[in-house]
Amino acid sequence: MSATTPDAPARVALSIASAAGVSPARRLRNGLATGAMWFALAAALIPLGFLIYYVLRRGTEIFGLHFLTSPIPVSQRVIGGGMEPAIVGTLLITGMATLIAVPLGVLGAVYIVEYGADNRLARVIRFLADVMAGVPSIVMGLFIYTIWVVRFRHFTGFAGSLALACLMLPIVIRATESMLRLVPRELREASYALGTSKSRTILTVVLPAAAGGIVSGCLLAVARAAGETAPLLFTILIVFKNNFNLFKGTNTTLSAQIFTNANQPYVGAQQRAWGAALTLLLIVLTLSVLARVVSNRLTART
Amino acid sequence: MAALTDTSSSPEAVEPPSPPSRLVATRSVVADRGFQFLSLGCGLLVLVILALIAISSTGKALPAFRSEGFNFLFSKNWNPGDNQFGGLAFIYGTLVSSAIAIVVGVPISLGIALVLTEVAPRRIRTPIIYVMDLLAAVPSVVFGLWGLEVLAPKLNHRYGQVNDVLRHVPVLNTLFGGGQHEGTSFFTAGLILALMIIPIVSSLSRSVFATVPAAQKEAALALGATRWEMIRGAVLPYGRSGVVGAVMLGLGRAMGETIAVALLIGSNAEITGHLFRSGDSMAGVIANQFNEATGTFQSALIGLGVVLFAITIVVNLGARAVLNRSERRTGTAL
Repeated sequence: MSATTPDAPARVALSIASAAGVSPARRLRNGLATGAMWFALAAALIPLGFLIYYVLRRGTEIFGLHFLTSPIPVSQRVIGGGMEPAIVGTLLITGMATLIAVPLGVLGAVYIVEYGADNRLARVIRFLADVMAGVPSIVMGLFIYTIWVVRFRHFTGFAGSLALACLMLPIVIRATESMLRLVPRELREASYALGTSKSRTILTVVLPAAAGGIVSGCLLAVARAAGETAPLLFTILIVFKNNFNLFKGTNTTLSAQIFTNANQPYVGAQQRAWGAALTLLLIVLTLSVLARVVSNRLTART
Repeated sequence: MAALTDTSSSPEAVEPPSPPSRLVATRSVVADRGFQFLSLGCGLLVLVILALIAISSTGKALPAFRSEGFNFLFSKNWNPGDNQFGGLAFIYGTLVSSAIAIVVGVPISLGIALVLTEVAPRRIRTPIIYVMDLLAAVPSVVFGLWGLEVLAPKLNHRYGQVNDVLRHVPVLNTLFGGGQHEGTSFFTAGLILALMIIPIVSSLSRSVFATVPAAQKEAALALGATRWEMIRGAVLPYGRSGVVGAVMLGLGRAMGETIAVALLIGSNAEITGHLFRSGDSMAGVIANQFNEATGTFQSALIGLGVVLFAITIVVNLGARAVLNRSERRTGTAL
């Protein structure tokens, strides 16, 4: 029995209580408290509604095929122009970060659940992954700047990917870990009973069984990384034309473009900032919805 | 929030079979060991990265720490032109803006968590949760853009009105009076931060409240308690330590949040009690000035990053310790 089931009896009890003459003062206090709780919900949802409304209204002023496929104007005073280089940068840099963080994170979670079996070291790693998830993203940017950019004397898209990967790693570890724990012990035992080694069991039985949840968790991590700005400020710098090479030359992303353009007094720059915000929001929401669909399909199946 | 609300109850260790015979086994044993060490290495990577962050950033920050000494933390003279790097104003700004976020955001988060566990009809709970996830998914820079271009001008107008009303009220006039007010200020940054921590704090509190045993709630109702009395008597006391952990986690988030604050706090290194005036935060000043900084200036900004790292680590360790304890007590994972 789950802990959130008392609804039916609670409702009956509530109606009995109100029927049995609760004093007006108590009833008033109950009403005020209930009102305050609904007000709290409204206090969060109304700003969100306004935010989405403004992103749509201001973003659609410039959003379109031309916006998605034009280079960024070098002068911020220019009206019009596009964001193609930033879209390319966002997709490439986030994609590379995913390629780095997902395998490492999944294997890290495999250690915690399958090999560590909750020994001291596994618990420490799990705890540190939580701590690492709380490290501010700007600190990750400074970290990659000091160990990578300074050493190789180049700002590159790859440096940005490394910073984003650091950010994603703990999220992937914790998501994968919780999914691996849901895999029934019987599956592992059945595999062992067939004489399969532990590593083969993990690769062919445990991970596939948890795949849906892992994919969904990773998609959320990707969505988070795609929207990040702070770790990229001092790792990728800026570029106005498409740069498909992550290892050479500076790069840019939608988030970085929003940040640099938001502070500008020029109409053109602000328009591009809103257009980029709309594009970024669409990408991030697509990823989140995808994650939701994957995890729903998973729960439907099991 | 799958990463935060997972389960910690582990399957008991299952023994893998001992290899059937030595001849067949050697290759598979080697592969097995190899895979084990590979995954161990990935696990240890977390530890390595955290250690590297501490070591490399502190190393780069040393020149600033050396030239300033304790002034780095306790002086408010920040003057890159004269090589003066006192970071107090930024530490102050980080603390003040996240304090506003907590004061505004936590009651709202708890209200939402209670609506979702105790009040709302079951069929509208899932849609509300979807919308909260949407709020969590909005990138920080989009909050910043909206805050800067839409919210700040509107708020500035309101600040003026509040200012006029509270000008002669003692205590409140030091916080909200003073005649001056700006759209980008501690308070604007704090409000946006509040909005940004609501999803995490409310979703953690919700899972805490969901662990309250139904029997305790029903017992309260059976004694004739109203719903609010039941919440105060049964739900809140039971969930207190978990909520404290959730709030601390939110505090850590708020202090580390960079881009929205960098756009909204006003970038003015000053210590003032007036919440409607502009200030600056550690993360904000790093984001805004790092690319122009060289030498000791750059080192000082990295130093602020080290201070921020240290503070958030302490807050997060505390939060996790509290959450893990309440997890063990209630037998449910957070």
